[in-house]
Amino acid sequence: MPSNASERNTPAPGRTPLAATIGNALKIVIVGGFGVGKTTMVGAVSEMRPLSTEEVMTQAGAEIDDLRGVRDKRTTTAAFDFGRITVDATRVLYLFGAPGQKRFWFLWEQLFIGSLGAVVLVDTTRVEDSWYAIDRLEHHGTPFIVAVNRFGPGPDLERVRGALDLSNDVPLLECDARRRESGRDVLITLVHHLASMERARSVLKETP
Amino acid sequence: MSPEPAGEESPDRLYTVTGGRGGTDESSLDSVALIVAESEPAADMQSEHADILRLCLRPIAVVELSAELGLPVSVVRILLVDLLDTGAVTVRHHVPSTPQEGPRHDPDTLKQVLLALQRL
Repeated sequence: MPSNASERNTPAPGRTPLAATIGNALKIVIVGGFGVGKTTMVGAVSEMRPLSTEEVMTQAGAEIDDLRGVRDKRTTTAAFDFGRITVDATRVLYLFGAPGQKRFWFLWEQLFIGSLGAVVLVDTTRVEDSWYAIDRLEHHGTPFIVAVNRFGPGPDLERVRGALDLSNDVPLLECDARRRESGRDVLITLVHHLASMERARSVLKETP
Repeated sequence: MSPEPAGEESPDRLYTVTGGRGGTDESSLDSVALIVAESEPAADMQSEHADILRLCLRPIAVVELSAELGLPVSVVRILLVDLLDTGAVTVRHHVPSTPQEGPRHDPDTLKQVLLALQRL
Protein backbone atom coordinates (compact mmCIF):
# COMPACT_ATOMS: atom_id res chain seq x y z
CA MET A 1 0.00 0.00 0.00
CA PRO A 2 1.49 3.36 -0.94
CA SER A 3 1.41 5.73 1.99
CA ASN A 4 -0.53 8.93 1.73
CA ALA A 5 1.65 11.97 2.28
CA SER A 6 -1.21 13.99 3.71
CA GLU A 7 -1.60 11.63 6.64
CA ARG A 8 1.05 12.99 8.95
CA ASN A 9 -0.95 12.68 12.13
CA THR A 10 -0.85 9.36 13.87
CA PRO A 11 -4.18 7.78 13.06
CA ALA A 12 -6.30 6.07 15.65
CA PRO A 13 -5.83 2.31 15.32
CA GLY A 14 -8.08 0.97 12.62
CA ARG A 15 -9.15 4.26 11.17
CA THR A 16 -7.34 6.92 9.23
CA PRO A 17 -9.11 10.26 9.36
CA LEU A 18 -10.03 11.98 6.13
CA ALA A 19 -7.95 14.93 5.02
CA ALA A 20 -9.23 18.19 6.49
CA THR A 21 -9.89 19.50 2.98
CA ILE A 22 -12.44 16.82 2.08
CA GLY A 23 -15.81 18.42 1.51
CA ASN A 24 -17.69 16.12 -0.79
CA ALA A 25 -18.57 12.46 -0.27
CA LEU A 26 -19.69 10.17 -3.08
CA LYS A 27 -21.02 6.67 -2.77
CA ILE A 28 -21.28 3.48 -4.73
CA VAL A 29 -23.30 0.53 -3.44
CA ILE A 30 -22.33 -3.08 -4.01
CA VAL A 31 -25.44 -5.14 -3.49
CA GLY A 32 -25.92 -8.87 -3.53
CA GLY A 33 -27.10 -11.95 -1.70
CA PHE A 34 -25.58 -13.44 1.41
CA GLY A 35 -22.00 -14.68 0.96
CA VAL A 36 -21.66 -13.47 -2.63
CA GLY A 37 -18.48 -11.52 -1.84
CA LYS A 38 -19.61 -7.93 -1.22
CA THR A 39 -17.42 -7.48 1.84
CA THR A 40 -14.54 -9.10 0.05
CA MET A 41 -14.82 -6.72 -2.86
CA VAL A 42 -15.13 -3.66 -0.63
CA GLY A 43 -12.06 -4.81 1.30
CA ALA A 44 -10.08 -5.48 -1.85
CA VAL A 45 -10.37 -1.92 -3.15
CA SER A 46 -10.77 0.13 0.03
CA GLU A 47 -7.91 2.27 1.31
CA MET A 48 -8.86 1.34 4.86
CA ARG A 49 -9.96 -1.88 6.47
CA PRO A 50 -13.70 -2.12 5.87
CA LEU A 51 -15.83 -1.00 8.77
CA SER A 52 -19.13 -2.57 9.77
CA THR A 53 -22.18 -0.91 11.10
CA GLU A 54 -25.90 -1.44 11.13
CA GLU A 55 -29.24 0.16 10.63
CA VAL A 56 -32.42 -0.74 12.45
CA MET A 57 -36.01 -0.38 11.52
CA THR A 58 -39.09 -0.93 13.60
CA GLN A 59 -41.92 -2.93 12.17
CA ALA A 60 -44.19 0.05 12.70
CA GLY A 61 -42.74 2.31 10.07
CA ALA A 62 -39.98 3.24 7.72
CA GLU A 63 -38.21 5.39 10.27
CA ILE A 64 -37.67 4.96 13.96
CA ASP A 65 -39.88 7.62 15.40
CA ASP A 66 -39.61 6.75 19.04
CA LEU A 67 -36.50 4.99 20.24
CA ARG A 68 -37.82 4.70 23.78
CA GLY A 69 -40.12 1.97 22.68
CA VAL A 70 -37.77 0.37 20.25
CA ARG A 71 -37.12 -2.72 22.33
CA ASP A 72 -40.80 -3.43 22.52
CA LYS A 73 -41.36 -3.31 18.82
CA ARG A 74 -40.30 -5.87 16.35
CA THR A 75 -37.21 -4.56 14.68
CA THR A 76 -35.13 -5.52 11.70
CA THR A 77 -31.41 -4.97 11.85
CA ALA A 78 -29.36 -4.75 8.70
CA ALA A 79 -25.61 -4.98 9.06
CA PHE A 80 -23.51 -3.55 6.28
CA ASP A 81 -19.86 -2.90 5.54
CA PHE A 82 -18.16 -0.02 3.89
CA GLY A 83 -14.78 1.17 2.79
CA ARG A 84 -13.52 4.25 1.07
CA ILE A 85 -11.25 5.58 -1.63
CA THR A 86 -9.92 9.12 -1.52
CA VAL A 87 -10.59 10.66 -4.94
CA ASP A 88 -8.73 13.96 -4.64
CA ALA A 89 -8.12 16.72 -2.12
CA THR A 90 -11.81 17.49 -1.75
CA ARG A 91 -13.64 14.29 -2.66
CA VAL A 92 -13.93 10.86 -1.12
CA LEU A 93 -15.77 7.83 -2.46
CA TYR A 94 -17.51 5.51 -0.02
CA LEU A 95 -18.20 1.92 -1.06
CA PHE A 96 -21.02 0.08 0.62
CA GLY A 97 -21.63 -3.63 0.70
CA ALA A 98 -25.38 -3.95 1.14
CA PRO A 99 -27.42 -7.13 1.64
CA GLY A 100 -29.75 -7.73 -1.26
CA GLN A 101 -32.63 -9.45 0.47
CA LYS A 102 -36.03 -7.88 0.32
CA ARG A 103 -36.33 -7.40 4.06
CA PHE A 104 -33.49 -4.90 4.00
CA TRP A 105 -35.20 -2.47 1.65
CA PHE A 106 -35.18 0.22 4.32
CA LEU A 107 -31.40 0.21 4.31
CA TRP A 108 -31.31 0.45 0.57
CA GLU A 109 -33.45 3.53 0.39
CA GLN A 110 -30.90 5.52 2.29
CA LEU A 111 -27.83 4.05 0.67
CA PHE A 112 -29.03 4.45 -2.91
CA ILE A 113 -30.36 7.98 -2.64
CA GLY A 114 -27.59 10.24 -3.86
CA SER A 115 -25.33 7.38 -4.87
CA LEU A 116 -23.38 7.47 -8.11
CA GLY A 117 -24.63 4.01 -8.95
CA ALA A 118 -24.58 0.39 -7.93
CA VAL A 119 -22.87 -2.90 -8.64
CA VAL A 120 -25.04 -6.00 -8.39
CA LEU A 121 -22.76 -8.86 -7.41
CA VAL A 122 -24.06 -12.21 -8.61
CA ASP A 123 -23.27 -15.80 -7.70
CA THR A 124 -24.35 -17.86 -10.72
CA THR A 125 -25.47 -20.73 -8.51
CA ARG A 126 -28.00 -18.39 -6.89
CA VAL A 127 -28.98 -16.01 -9.64
CA GLU A 128 -32.45 -15.57 -8.17
CA ASP A 129 -30.89 -13.76 -5.17
CA SER A 130 -30.30 -10.82 -7.51
CA TRP A 131 -33.75 -10.44 -9.01
CA TYR A 132 -35.12 -8.27 -6.28
CA ALA A 133 -32.09 -5.98 -6.24
CA ILE A 134 -32.22 -5.46 -10.00
CA ASP A 135 -35.94 -4.80 -9.90
CA ARG A 136 -35.54 -2.14 -7.21
CA LEU A 137 -32.60 -0.46 -8.92
CA GLU A 138 -34.57 -0.21 -12.14
CA HIS A 139 -37.55 1.13 -10.23
CA HIS A 140 -35.44 3.80 -8.53
CA GLY A 141 -33.66 4.73 -11.72
CA THR A 142 -30.31 4.03 -10.05
CA PRO A 143 -27.69 3.26 -12.71
CA PHE A 144 -26.08 -0.12 -12.16
CA ILE A 145 -23.91 -2.80 -13.68
CA VAL A 146 -23.82 -6.52 -12.91
CA ALA A 147 -20.65 -8.38 -11.92
CA VAL A 148 -20.51 -12.15 -11.70
CA ASN A 149 -18.21 -13.28 -8.92
CA ARG A 150 -16.78 -16.54 -10.22
CA PHE A 151 -16.54 -19.28 -7.63
CA GLY A 152 -15.87 -21.95 -10.23
CA PRO A 153 -17.14 -23.07 -13.60
CA GLY A 154 -20.56 -21.75 -14.42
CA PRO A 155 -22.83 -20.49 -17.17
CA ASP A 156 -21.44 -17.97 -19.63
CA LEU A 157 -22.37 -14.34 -19.39
CA GLU A 158 -25.06 -14.45 -22.05
CA ARG A 159 -26.90 -17.10 -20.09
CA VAL A 160 -26.58 -15.04 -16.96
CA ARG A 161 -27.97 -12.05 -18.84
CA GLY A 162 -30.91 -14.15 -19.88
CA ALA A 163 -31.50 -15.54 -16.39
CA LEU A 164 -31.49 -12.02 -14.98
CA ASP A 165 -33.67 -10.72 -17.81
CA LEU A 166 -31.12 -7.95 -18.13
CA SER A 167 -31.36 -5.37 -20.88
CA ASN A 168 -28.41 -5.12 -23.25
CA ASP A 169 -27.76 -1.59 -22.01
CA VAL A 170 -26.62 -2.89 -18.64
CA PRO A 171 -22.93 -3.84 -18.58
CA LEU A 172 -22.27 -7.37 -17.38
CA LEU A 173 -18.82 -8.67 -16.54
CA GLU A 174 -16.99 -11.35 -14.62
CA CYS A 175 -14.82 -10.61 -11.62
CA ASP A 176 -12.85 -12.12 -8.79
CA ALA A 177 -13.95 -10.15 -5.73
CA ARG A 178 -10.79 -11.12 -3.86
CA ARG A 179 -8.51 -9.33 -6.27
CA ARG A 180 -7.94 -5.60 -6.03
CA GLU A 181 -7.43 -5.17 -9.79
CA SER A 182 -10.60 -7.08 -10.50
CA GLY A 183 -12.66 -5.00 -8.06
CA ARG A 184 -11.10 -1.88 -9.53
CA ASP A 185 -12.11 -2.95 -13.04
CA VAL A 186 -15.68 -3.51 -11.91
CA LEU A 187 -15.85 0.00 -10.48
CA ILE A 188 -14.23 1.48 -13.58
CA THR A 189 -16.86 -0.29 -15.71
CA LEU A 190 -19.56 1.32 -13.58
CA VAL A 191 -18.06 4.80 -13.91
CA HIS A 192 -17.75 4.40 -17.70
CA HIS A 193 -21.40 3.34 -17.75
CA LEU A 194 -22.38 6.42 -15.72
CA ALA A 195 -20.44 8.68 -18.07
CA SER A 196 -22.10 7.22 -21.15
CA MET A 197 -25.53 7.56 -19.55
CA GLU A 198 -24.78 11.21 -18.80
CA ARG A 199 -23.76 11.76 -22.41
CA ALA A 200 -26.94 10.14 -23.64
CA ARG A 201 -28.95 12.29 -21.28
CA SER A 202 -27.39 15.53 -22.46
CA VAL A 203 -27.96 14.53 -26.11
CA LEU A 204 -31.59 13.82 -25.27
CA LYS A 205 -31.92 17.24 -23.69
CA GLU A 206 -30.71 18.92 -26.87
CA THR A 207 -33.16 17.10 -29.14
CA PRO A 208 -36.62 17.55 -27.68
CA MET B 1 -5.20 -5.51 1.92
CA SER B 2 -6.12 -8.96 3.00
CA PRO B 3 -9.56 -9.91 1.80
CA GLU B 4 -12.10 -10.34 4.54
CA PRO B 5 -13.88 -13.64 4.87
CA ALA B 6 -17.29 -13.62 3.30
CA GLY B 7 -19.20 -13.85 6.60
CA GLU B 8 -21.69 -11.02 6.83
CA GLU B 9 -24.82 -9.87 8.59
CA SER B 10 -23.75 -9.82 12.20
CA PRO B 11 -26.23 -10.72 14.94
CA ASP B 12 -28.80 -8.19 15.98
CA ARG B 13 -27.84 -5.61 18.54
CA LEU B 14 -29.76 -2.62 19.65
CA TYR B 15 -28.84 0.44 21.61
CA THR B 16 -31.04 3.10 23.01
CA VAL B 17 -29.02 6.13 23.96
CA THR B 18 -31.16 8.86 22.54
CA GLY B 19 -33.31 9.33 25.62
CA GLY B 20 -36.40 8.56 23.64
CA ARG B 21 -36.14 11.55 21.38
CA GLY B 22 -37.62 11.11 18.02
CA GLY B 23 -35.82 12.96 15.30
CA THR B 24 -37.54 15.67 13.38
CA ASP B 25 -35.21 16.21 10.48
CA GLU B 26 -32.46 13.65 10.94
CA SER B 27 -33.64 11.88 7.82
CA SER B 28 -32.07 14.73 5.90
CA LEU B 29 -28.64 13.58 7.07
CA ASP B 30 -27.28 11.35 4.36
CA SER B 31 -25.26 8.27 5.28
CA VAL B 32 -22.16 9.95 3.87
CA ALA B 33 -22.86 13.49 5.03
CA LEU B 34 -19.54 14.78 6.37
CA ILE B 35 -19.61 16.01 9.93
CA VAL B 36 -17.09 18.47 11.35
CA ALA B 37 -16.72 19.53 15.00
CA GLU B 38 -17.05 23.23 15.64
CA SER B 39 -16.41 23.10 19.38
CA GLU B 40 -14.71 21.09 22.10
CA PRO B 41 -16.57 18.48 24.11
CA ALA B 42 -18.05 20.08 27.23
CA ALA B 43 -17.86 18.55 30.69
CA ASP B 44 -21.62 18.33 31.12
CA MET B 45 -22.21 16.73 27.76
CA GLN B 46 -23.79 13.33 27.22
CA SER B 47 -20.87 10.97 26.67
CA GLU B 48 -22.02 10.00 23.16
CA HIS B 49 -22.09 13.66 22.16
CA ALA B 50 -18.58 14.15 23.52
CA ASP B 51 -17.41 11.02 21.67
CA ILE B 52 -18.82 12.36 18.42
CA LEU B 53 -17.04 15.69 18.87
CA ARG B 54 -13.74 13.91 19.45
CA LEU B 55 -14.23 11.80 16.32
CA CYS B 56 -15.05 14.69 14.02
CA LEU B 57 -12.07 16.96 14.55
CA ARG B 58 -11.50 16.09 10.90
CA PRO B 59 -14.43 15.49 8.55
CA ILE B 60 -16.08 12.13 9.10
CA ALA B 61 -19.05 10.51 7.37
CA VAL B 62 -22.18 9.63 9.36
CA VAL B 63 -21.67 5.90 8.71
CA GLU B 64 -18.09 6.10 9.91
CA LEU B 65 -19.26 7.70 13.16
CA SER B 66 -21.80 4.92 13.45
CA ALA B 67 -19.13 2.24 13.03
CA GLU B 68 -16.72 3.92 15.44
CA LEU B 69 -19.35 4.43 18.12
CA GLY B 70 -20.91 0.98 17.65
CA LEU B 71 -24.34 2.59 17.29
CA PRO B 72 -26.91 2.13 14.52
CA VAL B 73 -26.88 4.85 11.89
CA SER B 74 -30.35 6.08 12.83
CA VAL B 75 -29.27 6.58 16.45
CA VAL B 76 -26.19 8.51 15.36
CA ARG B 77 -28.39 10.72 13.20
CA ILE B 78 -30.52 11.66 16.17
CA LEU B 79 -27.44 12.42 18.27
CA LEU B 80 -26.10 14.55 15.42
CA VAL B 81 -29.29 16.57 15.19
CA ASP B 82 -28.77 17.58 18.84
CA LEU B 83 -25.24 18.73 18.05
CA LEU B 84 -26.32 20.49 14.87
CA ASP B 85 -29.00 22.36 16.80
CA THR B 86 -26.44 23.79 19.19
CA GLY B 87 -23.89 24.49 16.47
CA ALA B 88 -21.39 22.07 18.00
CA VAL B 89 -21.00 20.38 14.61
CA THR B 90 -21.65 21.38 11.02
CA VAL B 91 -22.37 19.34 7.91
CA ARG B 92 -20.14 19.76 4.91
CA HIS B 93 -22.07 17.78 2.41
CA HIS B 94 -25.72 17.49 1.63
CA VAL B 95 -26.74 15.06 -1.04
CA PRO B 96 -28.83 16.99 -3.53
CA SER B 97 -30.19 14.23 -5.73
CA THR B 98 -33.77 13.17 -5.52
CA PRO B 99 -34.58 9.54 -6.15
CA GLN B 100 -37.32 10.44 -8.61
CA GLU B 101 -35.02 12.29 -10.95
CA GLY B 102 -32.17 9.86 -10.63
CA PRO B 103 -28.69 10.99 -9.86
CA ARG B 104 -26.93 13.64 -11.88
CA HIS B 105 -23.21 13.31 -12.28
CA ASP B 106 -21.10 16.14 -13.43
CA PRO B 107 -18.41 15.03 -15.88
CA ASP B 108 -15.59 16.37 -13.72
CA THR B 109 -16.62 14.26 -10.72
CA LEU B 110 -16.83 11.14 -12.85
CA LYS B 111 -13.46 11.88 -14.41
CA GLN B 112 -11.78 12.34 -11.04
CA VAL B 113 -13.36 9.15 -9.69
CA LEU B 114 -12.11 7.30 -12.74
CA LEU B 115 -8.57 8.62 -12.23
CA ALA B 116 -8.65 7.63 -8.57
CA LEU B 117 -9.78 4.11 -9.48
CA GLN B 118 -7.10 3.79 -12.12
CA ARG B 119 -4.50 4.59 -9.47
CA LEU B 120 -5.59 1.61 -7.36
